[in-house]
Amino acid sequence: MSEIHLQIDGKEVVASEGMTILEAAKTVGISIPTLCHSEKLEPYGGCRICTVEVEVRGWPKLVAGCIYPVEKDLVVRTKSEKVNKIRKVLIEEMLAHAPDAEVLKELATEYGADKDRFEKHPSFCIHCGLCVRYCAEIKKKNAVGFVDRGSNREISFIPEIAAKECWDCKECFPLCPTSALQAAYVLAESLMTPPESASGCGCSCSSGKKG
Amino acid sequence: MTRLSSPEKLECARKEIISKIDPAKPCISVCAGAGCLASGAADVIAAFKTELEFHNLTTEVNTKGTGCPGFCERGPIVMIYPEEICYLQVKPEDVPEIVSHTIKEKKVVERLLYVDPATGNKATKESDIPFYKNQQRNILSENIRIDSKSIDDYLAIGGYSALSKVLFKMTPEEVMGEVKKSNLRGRGGGGFPAWRKWEESRNAPDPIKYVIVNADEGDPGAFMDRALIEGNPHSILEGLIIGAYAVGAHEGFIYVRQEYPLAVVNINLAIRQAEERGLVGKNILGSNFDFTVKVHMGAGAFVCGESSALMTALEGRAGEPRPKYIHTAVKGVWDHPSVLNNVETWANVTQIINKGADWFTQFGTEGSKGTKIFSLVGKITNTGLVEVPMGVTLKDIIQNIGGGIPGGKKFKAVQTGGPSGGCIPEAQLDLVVDFDQLTKAGSMMGSGGMIVMDEDTCMVDIARYFIDFLKDESCGKCTPCREGIRQMLKVLTNITTGKGKEGDIELLEELAESTGAALCALGKSAPNPVLSTIRYFREEYEAHIRHKKCPALSCKELIAFHIQPDKCKACGTCFKQCPAEAIEGGKKRIHIIDQDKCTKCGTCLDVCPKQFGAVRKISGEPVPAPVPEEKRAL
Amino acid sequence: MDIAKIDQIIDKHNGEESSLIQILLDIQSEHHWLPKEALNRVAEKLQVPMSRIQHIATFYKAFSLVPKGRHEVHVCMGTACHVRGAQRVLDTVQDATGIKPGETDAELKFSLETVNCLGCCALGPVMEVDGKHHGNIAPSQIASVLNNCD
Repeated sequence: MSEIHLQIDGKEVVASEGMTILEAAKTVGISIPTLCHSEKLEPYGGCRICTVEVEVRGWPKLVAGCIYPVEKDLVVRTKSEKVNKIRKVLIEEMLAHAPDAEVLKELATEYGADKDRFEKHPSFCIHCGLCVRYCAEIKKKNAVGFVDRGSNREISFIPEIAAKECWDCKECFPLCPTSALQAAYVLAESLMTPPESASGCGCSCSSGKKG
Repeated sequence: MTRLSSPEKLECARKEIISKIDPAKPCISVCAGAGCLASGAADVIAAFKTELEFHNLTTEVNTKGTGCPGFCERGPIVMIYPEEICYLQVKPEDVPEIVSHTIKEKKVVERLLYVDPATGNKATKESDIPFYKNQQRNILSENIRIDSKSIDDYLAIGGYSALSKVLFKMTPEEVMGEVKKSNLRGRGGGGFPAWRKWEESRNAPDPIKYVIVNADEGDPGAFMDRALIEGNPHSILEGLIIGAYAVGAHEGFIYVRQEYPLAVVNINLAIRQAEERGLVGKNILGSNFDFTVKVHMGAGAFVCGESSALMTALEGRAGEPRPKYIHTAVKGVWDHPSVLNNVETWANVTQIINKGADWFTQFGTEGSKGTKIFSLVGKITNTGLVEVPMGVTLKDIIQNIGGGIPGGKKFKAVQTGGPSGGCIPEAQLDLVVDFDQLTKAGSMMGSGGMIVMDEDTCMVDIARYFIDFLKDESCGKCTPCREGIRQMLKVLTNITTGKGKEGDIELLEELAESTGAALCALGKSAPNPVLSTIRYFREEYEAHIRHKKCPALSCKELIAFHIQPDKCKACGTCFKQCPAEAIEGGKKRIHIIDQDKCTKCGTCLDVCPKQFGAVRKISGEPVPAPVPEEKRAL
Repeated sequence: MDIAKIDQIIDKHNGEESSLIQILLDIQSEHHWLPKEALNRVAEKLQVPMSRIQHIATFYKAFSLVPKGRHEVHVCMGTACHVRGAQRVLDTVQDATGIKPGETDAELKFSLETVNCLGCCALGPVMEVDGKHHGNIAPSQIASVLNNCD
């Protein structure tokens, strides 16, 4: 692995080839906010909270820190006026969906975001995709996926698969930053009956008792 | 059909086809493109066949359906050869006269000729019609000469001679060099130099490479690619194989949107015909170069016109774009190097090889060589496809070719670049069309859609229209696009329905800045129509917000229809036609519109006799109180 | 619904994963919608997860997960058509059929969709009924076009 020299927030950083800006920044103690990122999963680049300004051969552009690979002589600004302004708007857009989500409330405080700026939207989901990706990449069951597109995009459980797999699993539930996942599951639950082999009580508690 | 297993056999076959063509033999060419078919061209072709049979002229006169020449508004279009007489808006009822007068007696049917609206002059030949005369139809001129479903017609005009030259007389490097010398830039919207993509793929170490035709023409208002791929499918195929040879690819894809069923049929037919003749498949023309191609249909997603999303769709997935820093020329379909170019770009490749890069570079400007096909539509007298050298001005296109704005209306703006582009006002009409100039003015050339708008077009509504379009076409993966567009639409809808408030323009600008963080160009360029209309038509936004007024008298919630009492002659026409029964009147009584029942459909305005002109639209002011009962008698 | 027909379509495309969208397009064309049993069969034979098929079936507007009407009415809402009054055409069609875009009427006679550009921009506004284009359509002509559908 060859060494790559770049600059992040004025600091000289030596990173290895293949590292993302997010990873390289971490090595020098610079933290970039993330929502859809997880160490266990492939980088997704969906929430765009990790947006940073970079300069490549003098050309400025906005990129997702969790995905963009380090390059020789890259100049990165993780907190500029422009970046902060953008993050604030993104947080406000997500707060319109899930104003009570802890992780969003923390980001709101840090970036001065107003949870009431945009009209509330009935769906809690902020499309971080952690549930979908976890079930696809780690569990390899694909019990939950995305449907539709644009502003109509949603997560949706496949009832037949969820009926078999989710009762005893629910490992994706703690990953959800809002309560969207639980809501979607409850919606699908009306289409499912627990399998005979179920050992838990069916909710996300750790009691293990049949309800 | 015999396989053409060598360049010599190709030339032999070509000579044989040409020898059977008698240039003096009358030929009736009827445009069979989707536009003319929608205007009834199929019935016209059938009528000609019947009429010629009736006169026992079937063997003496050829009839054929041809590719789209682009003058769609005046279709069905009929060309009579060898005289090159051009008849417009031909109906089946006109056919007997054309056959007896023009075919048999060599006389012209005056009433079917083009009439210049300004001078009243008639044009007999296609080349005299100002719409065509002021264009440089390097690519489009071939369409009307060929039956799109005939490979013989394509061979007769020199088809596949470029491919033959490339496979036997040029190395891949030489082909690359010629394309580099031509400085051909992508015609799909990006304007990226074609040779750079090709070279990057060629140099990638992976032995499996793909070449792709992007025929997912999604920009609403643009139909250049439809005309090309429907009208002259072999020219696209030939260009693709040439590109494959230069890059080192042996497999290709043609991604056609399913909303173009005729294009899908014609390109599939062309591939089958080329396969039969050994022009596609193994050992093309005996050169040892193999190339196969598959057609994939789109399934109704504008975002799949974006190259990385298109490649994801080719893999059988939902078309979500990929981050741009991964060059698809190196890691594209199934992570193999993939060269994707637009239909028009591939058509240019064939011509560049046939006529040379030096020929190509004589047209255009320093940075933008060659010609570009635009679809000139909207509020314009001559609607259709326009091919001009880069460097002509917008004014040239709109006035000299388009014939200006119909109905005595005033020009307001021309929208270019589709949903990623912007609106250009009258003050900027001297801008030249090339890749760089239009971008400086806040728009972009895009794929070539050029939508003309007049005084009756509300620019705030246009911004709302484009954002509404993108709201459902966004793939939805990233926050700035999915949420930002939704919020921009809310603001714009509020403004156009009279609910706008101070600060809305600033909010739009802030949301516009945040989409800069989007994953792909759809999101990043989404605010362009909004920003360009704010830049050039800010006063319209302010009128909507501050005075609840739509200056163009277009936004339904902000307008009212009113019958002027001093002009109403109580003819009763509006009363009879109003679908909401909202008009109250009677014999010799001034008619009055009940504003509560009125649905603003505009029928009364359409049907009020021109000599009275009593109905008007008003906005930003209260509707005058109805005339008292005693004053209503005429 | 005939499973053999579905298998035929899958085999026509050599059961290749990359032809998934093409296979679904053929099924949609044949049945005028994507029946659940057909999707299960495709998932099984192509060895792809149902979540991916579900995403594709809802992502692309060519597909319908519910049966469509006998007559498909498409109103083009492309920019050129919009500028020439497409909204009025759409409003008139909605009034005449009683349904909104994306809906099918109770008798399964008409399905209405808006389309973003049919490529006949010079003839705007354009309405397409059962694949036949009606260019330069005026609101007053719509009733007779629809009445001609049985």
